[in-house]
Amino acid sequence: MNKRVVITGLGVAAPNGVGLPDFTAAIRAGQSGIRYQEQLAELNFSCQIGGAPEVSEELKAQYLTSLQLRNFVSSGILYGCMAGIDAWEDAGLSRERETADFDSGAILGIGNSGVDKMREAAYLVDEGRVKRLGSTTVPQIMASGVSAYLGGILGLGNTITTNSSACATGTESILMAYEHIANGYAKRMLAGSASDSGPYLWGGFDAMRVMNNRSNEHPASASRPMSATAAGFVPGSGAGALVLESLDSALERGARIYAEVLGGASNSGGQRSGGSMTAPNPVGVQRCIRAALSRCNVAPADIDLINGHLTATTKDPDEIQNWAVALGRTGSDFPYIHSLKGMIGHCISAAGSIESVAAVLGLHQGFVFPSINCEDPHPSILEVIPEGRIVRQLREDLSVKTVIKAGFGFGDVNACVIFQSFNGAF
Amino acid sequence: MNQAERLEALRRIIKPYVTDEEAFGNLTEETDFIKDLKINSAHLVDIILDVEDEFDIEIEDEAMEKMLTVKAALSVIEEKAG
Repeated sequence: MNKRVVITGLGVAAPNGVGLPDFTAAIRAGQSGIRYQEQLAELNFSCQIGGAPEVSEELKAQYLTSLQLRNFVSSGILYGCMAGIDAWEDAGLSRERETADFDSGAILGIGNSGVDKMREAAYLVDEGRVKRLGSTTVPQIMASGVSAYLGGILGLGNTITTNSSACATGTESILMAYEHIANGYAKRMLAGSASDSGPYLWGGFDAMRVMNNRSNEHPASASRPMSATAAGFVPGSGAGALVLESLDSALERGARIYAEVLGGASNSGGQRSGGSMTAPNPVGVQRCIRAALSRCNVAPADIDLINGHLTATTKDPDEIQNWAVALGRTGSDFPYIHSLKGMIGHCISAAGSIESVAAVLGLHQGFVFPSINCEDPHPSILEVIPEGRIVRQLREDLSVKTVIKAGFGFGDVNACVIFQSFNGAF
Repeated sequence: MNQAERLEALRRIIKPYVTDEEAFGNLTEETDFIKDLKINSAHLVDIILDVEDEFDIEIEDEAMEKMLTVKAALSVIEEKAG
Protein backbone atom coordinates (compact mmCIF):
# COMPACT_ATOMS: atom_id res chain seq x y z
CA MET A 1 0.00 0.00 0.00
CA ASN A 2 1.54 3.28 -1.12
CA LYS A 3 1.83 6.08 1.39
CA ARG A 4 -0.12 9.25 0.69
CA VAL A 5 2.08 12.25 -0.04
CA VAL A 6 1.35 15.89 0.69
CA ILE A 7 3.10 19.22 0.18
CA THR A 8 4.06 21.02 3.37
CA GLY A 9 6.52 23.66 2.19
CA LEU A 10 7.12 25.90 -0.81
CA GLY A 11 9.99 28.13 -1.91
CA VAL A 12 10.68 30.05 -5.09
CA ALA A 13 13.12 32.40 -6.79
CA ALA A 14 11.41 33.52 -9.98
CA PRO A 15 11.93 36.35 -12.45
CA ASN A 16 8.77 38.09 -11.22
CA GLY A 17 9.18 37.43 -7.53
CA VAL A 18 11.78 36.14 -5.11
CA GLY A 19 10.29 34.48 -2.02
CA LEU A 20 6.70 33.30 -1.57
CA PRO A 21 5.02 36.62 -0.64
CA ASP A 22 6.41 38.55 -3.64
CA PHE A 23 5.87 35.66 -6.04
CA THR A 24 2.28 35.14 -4.86
CA ALA A 25 1.50 38.84 -5.30
CA ALA A 26 3.13 38.85 -8.75
CA ILE A 27 1.30 35.84 -10.15
CA ARG A 28 -2.04 37.07 -8.83
CA ALA A 29 -1.42 40.44 -10.48
CA GLY A 30 -0.21 38.94 -13.75
CA GLN A 31 3.07 40.78 -13.38
CA SER A 32 5.80 40.08 -15.93
CA GLY A 33 9.37 39.36 -14.83
CA ILE A 34 10.78 39.67 -18.35
CA ARG A 35 13.26 42.51 -18.82
CA TYR A 36 15.58 43.89 -21.47
CA GLN A 37 19.00 42.24 -21.04
CA GLU A 38 21.77 44.59 -22.07
CA GLN A 39 24.38 41.83 -21.94
CA LEU A 40 22.49 39.84 -24.58
CA ALA A 41 22.36 42.91 -26.82
CA GLU A 42 26.10 43.51 -26.42
CA LEU A 43 26.74 39.90 -27.41
CA ASN A 44 24.63 40.17 -30.59
CA PHE A 45 21.84 37.87 -29.46
CA SER A 46 18.74 37.95 -31.64
CA CYS A 47 16.63 37.70 -28.49
CA GLN A 48 17.73 40.44 -26.09
CA ILE A 49 15.18 39.91 -23.34
CA GLY A 50 14.95 37.39 -20.54
CA GLY A 51 13.87 36.69 -17.02
CA ALA A 52 16.12 36.33 -13.98
CA PRO A 53 15.34 36.55 -10.27
CA GLU A 54 16.57 39.84 -8.77
CA VAL A 55 18.85 38.96 -5.86
CA SER A 56 20.80 41.56 -3.87
CA GLU A 57 24.09 40.81 -2.13
CA GLU A 58 22.31 41.25 1.22
CA LEU A 59 19.74 38.64 0.28
CA LYS A 60 22.42 36.17 -0.87
CA ALA A 61 24.09 36.47 2.53
CA GLN A 62 20.90 35.24 4.22
CA TYR A 63 21.27 31.90 2.46
CA LEU A 64 24.98 31.25 1.92
CA THR A 65 27.97 31.98 4.16
CA SER A 66 30.69 34.39 3.09
CA LEU A 67 32.94 31.37 2.59
CA GLN A 68 30.38 29.67 0.34
CA LEU A 69 30.06 32.92 -1.63
CA ARG A 70 33.82 33.19 -2.29
CA ASN A 71 34.42 32.69 -6.01
CA PHE A 72 30.77 31.73 -6.33
CA VAL A 73 29.22 32.43 -9.73
CA SER A 74 26.70 29.61 -10.12
CA SER A 75 23.38 31.40 -10.42
CA GLY A 76 21.34 28.18 -10.62
CA ILE A 77 22.81 26.87 -7.37
CA LEU A 78 22.12 30.21 -5.70
CA TYR A 79 18.45 30.18 -6.80
CA GLY A 80 18.13 26.51 -5.86
CA CYS A 81 19.52 27.11 -2.36
CA MET A 82 17.23 30.10 -1.83
CA ALA A 83 14.12 28.20 -2.94
CA GLY A 84 15.15 25.05 -1.08
CA ILE A 85 15.94 26.72 2.24
CA ASP A 86 12.74 28.79 2.01
CA ALA A 87 10.65 25.67 1.33
CA TRP A 88 12.26 23.82 4.23
CA GLU A 89 11.61 26.64 6.69
CA ASP A 90 8.13 27.22 5.23
CA ALA A 91 7.40 23.60 6.17
CA GLY A 92 8.29 24.44 9.76
CA LEU A 93 11.60 22.56 9.57
CA SER A 94 14.89 23.90 10.84
CA ARG A 95 18.29 24.15 9.15
CA GLU A 96 20.06 24.08 12.51
CA ARG A 97 20.88 20.49 13.32
CA GLU A 98 23.79 18.67 14.85
CA THR A 99 23.25 15.27 13.24
CA ALA A 100 22.02 14.08 9.84
CA ASP A 101 18.27 13.71 9.31
CA PHE A 102 18.14 10.23 7.76
CA ASP A 103 14.39 10.51 7.13
CA SER A 104 14.76 13.47 4.77
CA GLY A 105 16.37 13.66 1.34
CA ALA A 106 16.48 15.87 -1.73
CA ILE A 107 16.07 15.57 -5.44
CA LEU A 108 16.69 18.84 -7.22
CA GLY A 109 17.01 18.77 -10.96
CA ILE A 110 19.08 20.90 -13.28
CA GLY A 111 19.81 21.10 -17.01
CA ASN A 112 23.33 22.49 -16.74
CA SER A 113 25.01 23.53 -13.53
CA GLY A 114 27.36 26.47 -13.22
CA VAL A 115 27.85 27.39 -16.86
CA ASP A 116 29.56 30.63 -15.80
CA LYS A 117 31.90 28.67 -13.53
CA MET A 118 32.63 26.21 -16.33
CA ARG A 119 33.47 29.13 -18.63
CA GLU A 120 35.91 30.57 -16.06
CA ALA A 121 37.50 27.15 -15.62
CA ALA A 122 37.82 26.52 -19.36
CA TYR A 123 39.80 29.75 -19.82
CA LEU A 124 42.19 28.85 -17.00
CA VAL A 125 42.68 25.31 -18.27
CA ASP A 126 43.38 26.58 -21.80
CA GLU A 127 45.97 28.98 -20.38
CA GLY A 128 47.73 26.04 -18.73
CA ARG A 129 46.74 27.30 -15.27
CA VAL A 130 44.59 24.41 -14.08
CA LYS A 131 45.84 24.86 -10.50
CA ARG A 132 44.01 28.19 -10.39
CA LEU A 133 40.66 26.38 -10.45
CA GLY A 134 40.96 25.91 -6.70
CA SER A 135 38.38 23.91 -4.78
CA THR A 136 35.31 25.89 -5.85
CA THR A 137 34.98 24.62 -9.42
CA VAL A 138 33.78 21.06 -8.91
CA PRO A 139 30.88 21.72 -6.50
CA GLN A 140 29.59 24.51 -8.74
CA ILE A 141 29.69 22.60 -12.01
CA MET A 142 28.60 19.14 -10.88
CA ALA A 143 25.03 18.41 -11.88
CA SER A 144 24.19 17.47 -8.30
CA GLY A 145 25.50 20.82 -7.05
CA VAL A 146 22.12 22.19 -5.93
CA SER A 147 21.26 18.99 -4.05
CA ALA A 148 24.73 18.81 -2.54
CA TYR A 149 24.70 22.39 -1.26
CA LEU A 150 21.20 22.00 0.17
CA GLY A 151 21.93 18.58 1.64
CA GLY A 152 24.80 20.13 3.58
CA ILE A 153 22.96 23.27 4.66
CA LEU A 154 19.93 21.33 5.88
CA GLY A 155 21.72 18.22 7.16
CA LEU A 156 19.72 15.80 4.99
CA GLY A 157 20.66 12.14 5.32
CA ASN A 158 18.31 10.27 2.99
CA THR A 159 18.80 10.04 -0.80
CA ILE A 160 20.46 13.20 -2.17
CA THR A 161 20.42 13.24 -5.94
CA THR A 162 19.57 15.18 -9.04
CA ASN A 163 17.50 14.52 -12.14
CA SER A 164 17.81 15.96 -15.60
CA SER A 165 15.26 15.74 -18.40
CA ALA A 166 15.56 19.13 -20.12
CA CYS A 167 12.38 21.19 -19.77
CA ALA A 168 10.55 18.32 -18.04
CA THR A 169 13.13 18.32 -15.21
CA GLY A 170 11.15 20.30 -12.63
CA THR A 171 7.96 18.30 -13.04
CA GLU A 172 9.91 15.05 -13.06
CA SER A 173 11.70 15.87 -9.79
CA ILE A 174 8.35 16.15 -7.99
CA LEU A 175 7.28 12.84 -9.42
CA MET A 176 10.50 11.14 -8.33
CA ALA A 177 10.28 12.57 -4.83
CA TYR A 178 6.65 11.46 -4.68
CA GLU A 179 7.58 7.89 -5.61
CA HIS A 180 10.38 7.80 -3.03
CA ILE A 181 8.01 8.78 -0.23
CA ALA A 182 5.05 6.73 -1.49
CA ASN A 183 7.31 3.67 -1.38
CA GLY A 184 8.18 4.43 2.22
CA TYR A 185 11.88 5.16 1.60
CA ALA A 186 11.80 8.63 3.21
CA LYS A 187 9.45 10.70 5.35
CA ARG A 188 10.09 13.84 3.37
CA MET A 189 11.93 14.94 0.25
CA LEU A 190 12.89 18.38 -0.91
CA ALA A 191 11.93 18.37 -4.59
CA GLY A 192 12.36 20.97 -7.29
CA SER A 193 14.79 22.30 -9.86
CA ALA A 194 16.92 25.25 -10.87
CA SER A 195 18.34 26.88 -13.96
CA ASP A 196 21.20 29.32 -14.52
CA SER A 197 20.65 32.80 -15.95
CA GLY A 198 22.58 34.36 -18.77
CA PRO A 199 24.07 34.17 -22.22
CA TYR A 200 26.13 31.00 -21.87
CA LEU A 201 23.04 28.93 -21.11
CA TRP A 202 20.61 30.78 -23.35
CA GLY A 203 22.96 31.12 -26.35
CA GLY A 204 22.31 27.69 -27.78
CA PHE A 205 18.58 28.34 -27.86
CA ASP A 206 19.13 31.72 -29.54
CA ALA A 207 21.19 29.97 -32.20
CA MET A 208 18.38 27.45 -32.77
CA ARG A 209 16.01 30.36 -33.44
CA VAL A 210 13.48 29.05 -30.97
CA MET A 211 13.59 32.20 -28.83
CA ASN A 212 11.50 35.29 -29.52
CA ASN A 213 13.65 37.80 -31.44
CA ARG A 214 10.84 40.16 -32.42
CA SER A 215 9.96 41.71 -29.09
CA ASN A 216 13.16 43.28 -27.77
CA GLU A 217 11.33 46.61 -27.40
CA HIS A 218 8.42 45.06 -25.48
CA PRO A 219 9.74 42.67 -22.84
CA ALA A 220 6.59 42.47 -20.70
CA SER A 221 4.36 41.36 -23.59
CA ALA A 222 6.98 39.20 -25.34
CA SER A 223 6.12 35.80 -23.89
CA ARG A 224 2.74 34.92 -25.41
CA PRO A 225 1.62 31.34 -24.71
CA MET A 226 -1.37 30.20 -26.80
CA SER A 227 -1.43 33.51 -28.70
CA ALA A 228 -1.77 33.88 -32.47
CA THR A 229 1.19 36.27 -32.24
CA ALA A 230 3.40 33.96 -30.14
CA ALA A 231 6.87 34.37 -31.57
CA GLY A 232 9.03 31.89 -29.73
CA PHE A 233 9.90 31.42 -26.09
CA VAL A 234 11.53 34.02 -23.88
CA PRO A 235 14.37 32.64 -21.75
CA GLY A 236 13.91 32.61 -18.00
CA SER A 237 15.73 31.21 -14.98
CA GLY A 238 15.36 30.65 -11.28
CA ALA A 239 14.26 27.81 -9.04
CA GLY A 240 11.25 26.32 -7.35
CA ALA A 241 11.22 23.90 -4.43
CA LEU A 242 8.53 21.88 -2.65
CA VAL A 243 8.72 19.86 0.53
CA LEU A 244 6.93 16.59 -0.16
CA GLU A 245 6.08 14.62 2.95
CA SER A 246 4.20 11.47 3.84
CA LEU A 247 0.74 12.31 5.11
CA ASP A 248 1.54 10.38 8.28
CA SER A 249 4.59 12.50 9.00
CA ALA A 250 2.78 15.75 8.19
CA LEU A 251 -0.12 14.90 10.52
CA GLU A 252 2.22 13.72 13.24
CA ARG A 253 4.04 17.03 13.39
CA GLY A 254 0.93 19.11 12.76
CA ALA A 255 2.34 20.62 9.58
CA ARG A 256 0.31 22.89 7.33
CA ILE A 257 -0.75 20.94 4.24
CA TYR A 258 -0.87 22.91 0.98
CA ALA A 259 -2.15 20.11 -1.24
CA GLU A 260 -1.84 16.42 -1.94
CA VAL A 261 0.36 14.96 -4.67
CA LEU A 262 -1.69 12.16 -6.19
CA GLY A 263 1.18 10.97 -8.41
CA GLY A 264 1.86 11.09 -12.11
CA ALA A 265 3.82 9.58 -14.94
CA SER A 266 6.83 10.17 -17.16
CA ASN A 267 7.71 8.69 -20.52
CA SER A 268 9.18 9.44 -23.93
CA GLY A 269 7.82 9.45 -27.45
CA GLY A 270 10.94 7.61 -28.53
CA GLN A 271 11.66 10.33 -31.09
CA ARG A 272 9.33 8.48 -33.45
CA SER A 273 6.00 9.34 -35.13
CA GLY A 274 6.71 13.06 -35.31
CA GLY A 275 8.89 13.13 -32.21
CA SER A 276 12.54 14.18 -32.45
CA MET A 277 15.28 15.65 -30.30
CA THR A 278 13.31 18.89 -30.19
CA ALA A 279 9.68 17.95 -30.90
CA PRO A 280 7.29 15.69 -29.01
CA ASN A 281 5.69 12.60 -30.44
CA PRO A 282 1.99 13.38 -29.80
CA VAL A 283 1.27 9.75 -28.97
CA GLY A 284 3.90 9.88 -26.21
CA VAL A 285 2.40 13.05 -24.73
CA GLN A 286 -1.12 11.63 -24.76
CA ARG A 287 -0.01 8.35 -23.20
CA CYS A 288 1.88 10.20 -20.46
CA ILE A 289 -1.23 12.21 -19.54
CA ARG A 290 -3.43 9.12 -19.57
CA ALA A 291 -0.96 7.12 -17.51
CA ALA A 292 -0.88 9.89 -14.91
CA LEU A 293 -4.69 9.87 -14.68
CA SER A 294 -4.93 6.12 -14.42
CA ARG A 295 -2.18 5.77 -11.81
CA CYS A 296 -3.85 8.47 -9.71
CA ASN A 297 -7.34 6.97 -10.15
CA VAL A 298 -8.52 10.30 -11.48
CA ALA A 299 -11.14 10.38 -14.25
CA PRO A 300 -10.55 12.87 -17.08
CA ALA A 301 -13.79 14.59 -16.06
CA ASP A 302 -12.31 15.32 -12.63
CA ILE A 303 -9.55 17.55 -14.00
CA ASP A 304 -10.52 21.16 -13.25
CA LEU A 305 -7.44 22.96 -14.45
CA ILE A 306 -4.44 22.31 -16.71
CA ASN A 307 -1.18 24.04 -15.85
CA GLY A 308 0.33 23.60 -19.29
CA HIS A 309 3.85 23.42 -20.61
CA LEU A 310 2.81 26.01 -23.26
CA THR A 311 6.03 27.81 -24.11
CA ALA A 312 4.76 30.41 -26.62
CA THR A 313 6.10 28.62 -29.68
CA THR A 314 4.28 27.11 -32.67
CA LYS A 315 3.93 23.93 -30.57
CA ASP A 316 1.23 25.40 -28.29
CA PRO A 317 -1.72 24.43 -30.54
CA ASP A 318 -0.31 20.88 -30.73
CA GLU A 319 -0.19 20.72 -26.94
CA ILE A 320 -3.85 21.81 -26.65
CA GLN A 321 -4.79 19.13 -29.18
CA ASN A 322 -2.87 16.52 -27.17
CA TRP A 323 -4.65 17.48 -23.95
CA ALA A 324 -8.02 17.30 -25.73
CA VAL A 325 -7.31 13.85 -27.15
CA ALA A 326 -5.80 12.46 -23.94
CA LEU A 327 -8.67 13.71 -21.76
CA GLY A 328 -11.35 13.06 -24.36
CA ARG A 329 -12.66 16.57 -23.68
CA THR A 330 -13.10 19.37 -26.22
CA GLY A 331 -15.10 22.55 -26.65
CA SER A 332 -16.74 23.95 -23.52
CA ASP A 333 -16.21 20.57 -21.83
CA PHE A 334 -12.43 21.18 -21.85
CA PRO A 335 -10.90 22.02 -18.43
CA TYR A 336 -9.63 25.50 -17.72
CA ILE A 337 -6.06 25.99 -18.92
CA HIS A 338 -3.30 28.51 -18.30
CA SER A 339 0.46 28.97 -18.56
CA LEU A 340 2.77 30.82 -16.18
CA LYS A 341 5.32 31.34 -18.96
CA GLY A 342 3.58 34.54 -20.10
CA MET A 343 4.89 36.14 -16.89
CA ILE A 344 8.26 34.43 -16.32
CA GLY A 345 9.25 33.13 -19.75
CA HIS A 346 10.54 29.62 -20.14
CA CYS A 347 12.76 28.86 -17.15
CA ILE A 348 14.12 25.74 -18.88
CA SER A 349 14.99 23.14 -16.24
CA ALA A 350 13.43 25.33 -13.51
CA ALA A 351 10.13 25.74 -15.38
CA GLY A 352 8.29 22.72 -14.00
CA SER A 353 9.10 23.40 -10.36
CA ILE A 354 8.38 27.16 -10.41
CA GLU A 355 5.12 26.50 -12.26
CA SER A 356 4.20 23.74 -9.80
CA VAL A 357 4.77 26.12 -6.89
CA ALA A 358 2.31 28.49 -8.61
CA ALA A 359 -0.18 25.65 -9.13
CA VAL A 360 -0.03 24.59 -5.49
CA LEU A 361 -0.32 28.16 -4.20
CA GLY A 362 -3.43 28.63 -6.35
CA LEU A 363 -5.00 25.41 -5.10
CA HIS A 364 -4.32 26.28 -1.48
CA GLN A 365 -5.38 29.93 -1.62
CA GLY A 366 -8.27 29.49 -4.03
CA PHE A 367 -7.13 31.51 -7.02
CA VAL A 368 -6.24 30.80 -10.63
CA PHE A 369 -3.43 33.03 -11.91
CA PRO A 370 -3.96 34.72 -15.27
CA SER A 371 -2.30 33.47 -18.44
CA ILE A 372 -1.08 36.86 -19.64
CA ASN A 373 -0.37 38.04 -23.19
CA CYS A 374 -3.07 35.89 -24.74
CA GLU A 375 -5.50 38.59 -25.93
CA ASP A 376 -5.49 36.91 -29.34
CA PRO A 377 -5.75 33.13 -28.92
CA HIS A 378 -4.30 31.11 -31.77
CA PRO A 379 -6.98 30.19 -34.33
CA SER A 380 -5.92 26.52 -34.28
CA ILE A 381 -6.51 26.48 -30.53
CA LEU A 382 -9.95 28.03 -30.97
CA GLU A 383 -10.85 25.15 -33.28
CA VAL A 384 -10.49 22.85 -30.26
CA ILE A 385 -11.61 24.93 -27.27
CA PRO A 386 -13.54 28.19 -26.81
CA GLU A 387 -11.47 31.14 -25.60
CA GLY A 388 -13.35 31.16 -22.30
CA ARG A 389 -11.48 28.02 -21.23
CA ILE A 390 -8.21 29.97 -21.25
CA VAL A 391 -7.89 31.75 -17.92
CA ARG A 392 -6.74 35.23 -18.89
CA GLN A 393 -7.77 37.21 -15.81
CA LEU A 394 -7.22 36.36 -12.16
CA ARG A 395 -10.09 34.10 -11.14
CA GLU A 396 -11.12 33.47 -7.56
CA ASP A 397 -14.60 32.20 -8.36
CA LEU A 398 -13.64 28.87 -9.94
CA SER A 399 -13.95 25.74 -7.88
CA VAL A 400 -10.62 24.08 -8.60
CA LYS A 401 -9.89 20.87 -6.72
CA THR A 402 -7.64 18.97 -9.11
CA VAL A 403 -4.81 20.42 -11.22
CA ILE A 404 -2.75 18.53 -13.76
CA LYS A 405 0.73 19.85 -14.56
CA ALA A 406 2.87 18.70 -17.46
CA GLY A 407 6.36 19.41 -18.72
CA PHE A 408 7.82 18.35 -22.06
CA GLY A 409 11.51 18.45 -22.92
CA PHE A 410 14.20 17.99 -25.55
CA GLY A 411 14.86 14.33 -26.09
CA ASP A 412 11.08 13.87 -26.56
CA VAL A 413 10.56 13.38 -22.82
CA ASN A 414 7.33 14.02 -20.93
CA ALA A 415 6.37 14.30 -17.28
CA CYS A 416 2.95 14.83 -15.79
CA VAL A 417 1.91 15.25 -12.15
CA ILE A 418 -1.49 15.71 -10.48
CA PHE A 419 -2.11 17.94 -7.45
CA GLN A 420 -5.34 17.93 -5.46
CA SER A 421 -6.75 20.05 -2.64
CA PHE A 422 -6.22 18.20 0.60
CA ASN A 423 -9.53 16.80 1.78
CA GLY A 424 -8.60 15.33 5.11
CA ALA A 425 -6.90 12.13 6.12
CA PHE A 426 -9.61 9.67 5.03
CA MET B 1 57.80 42.93 3.98
CA ASN B 2 59.05 41.71 7.35
CA GLN B 3 58.02 38.56 9.23
CA ALA B 4 55.35 40.36 11.28
CA GLU B 5 53.78 41.84 8.14
CA ARG B 6 53.84 38.46 6.42
CA LEU B 7 52.12 36.87 9.42
CA GLU B 8 49.48 39.61 9.41
CA ALA B 9 48.82 39.06 5.69
CA LEU B 10 48.58 35.31 6.21
CA ARG B 11 46.17 35.79 9.10
CA ARG B 12 43.95 37.93 6.83
CA ILE B 13 44.05 35.30 4.06
CA ILE B 14 43.08 32.33 6.21
CA LYS B 15 40.39 34.12 8.24
CA PRO B 16 37.45 33.32 5.90
CA TYR B 17 38.27 29.60 5.90
CA VAL B 18 38.57 29.18 9.67
CA THR B 19 35.81 27.34 11.52
CA ASP B 20 37.40 27.40 15.00
CA GLU B 21 37.38 31.10 15.87
CA GLU B 22 38.86 30.56 19.32
CA ALA B 23 41.93 28.79 17.95
CA PHE B 24 42.21 31.57 15.39
CA GLY B 25 42.28 34.12 18.20
CA ASN B 26 45.19 32.26 19.78
CA LEU B 27 47.10 31.83 16.53
CA THR B 28 50.83 31.14 16.86
CA GLU B 29 53.50 29.88 14.48
CA GLU B 30 52.75 26.35 15.67
CA THR B 31 49.06 26.55 14.72
CA ASP B 32 47.99 23.77 12.33
CA PHE B 33 45.48 24.74 9.66
CA ILE B 34 43.45 21.56 9.79
CA LYS B 35 43.94 20.25 13.33
CA ASP B 36 43.68 23.58 15.15
CA LEU B 37 41.73 25.93 12.92
CA LYS B 38 39.47 23.12 11.61
CA ILE B 39 39.84 24.37 8.06
CA ASN B 40 38.24 21.99 5.53
CA SER B 41 41.20 20.31 3.82
CA ALA B 42 39.62 21.02 0.41
CA HIS B 43 40.12 24.72 1.09
CA LEU B 44 43.90 24.45 1.51
CA VAL B 45 44.26 24.79 -2.24
CA ASP B 46 42.24 28.02 -2.13
CA ILE B 47 44.47 29.40 0.61
CA ILE B 48 47.51 28.64 -1.55
CA LEU B 49 45.93 30.56 -4.46
CA ASP B 50 45.20 33.53 -2.19
CA VAL B 51 48.81 33.43 -0.91
CA GLU B 52 50.12 33.38 -4.48
CA ASP B 53 48.01 36.45 -5.31
CA GLU B 54 48.93 38.34 -2.14
CA PHE B 55 52.69 37.82 -2.43
CA ASP B 56 52.90 37.59 -6.20
CA ILE B 57 54.65 34.24 -6.05
CA GLU B 58 54.10 30.80 -7.50
CA ILE B 59 53.96 27.78 -5.21
CA GLU B 60 54.73 24.35 -6.68
CA ASP B 61 53.03 21.16 -5.56
CA GLU B 62 55.97 20.09 -3.39
CA ALA B 63 56.04 23.33 -1.39
CA MET B 64 52.27 23.35 -1.23
CA GLU B 65 52.13 19.96 0.43
CA LYS B 66 54.31 21.27 3.27
CA MET B 67 52.13 24.28 4.01
CA LEU B 68 50.03 22.76 6.78
CA THR B 69 50.99 25.09 9.63
CA VAL B 70 51.50 28.82 10.01
CA LYS B 71 55.24 28.27 10.44
CA ALA B 72 55.58 26.15 7.29
CA ALA B 73 53.50 28.60 5.29
CA LEU B 74 55.61 31.57 6.42
CA SER B 75 58.77 29.68 5.58
CA VAL B 76 57.58 28.95 2.02
CA ILE B 77 56.47 32.56 1.58
CA GLU B 78 59.80 33.89 2.87
CA GLU B 79 61.73 31.61 0.55
CA LYS B 80 59.68 32.58 -2.54
CA ALA B 81 59.08 36.25 -1.85
CA GLY B 82 62.53 36.81 -0.42
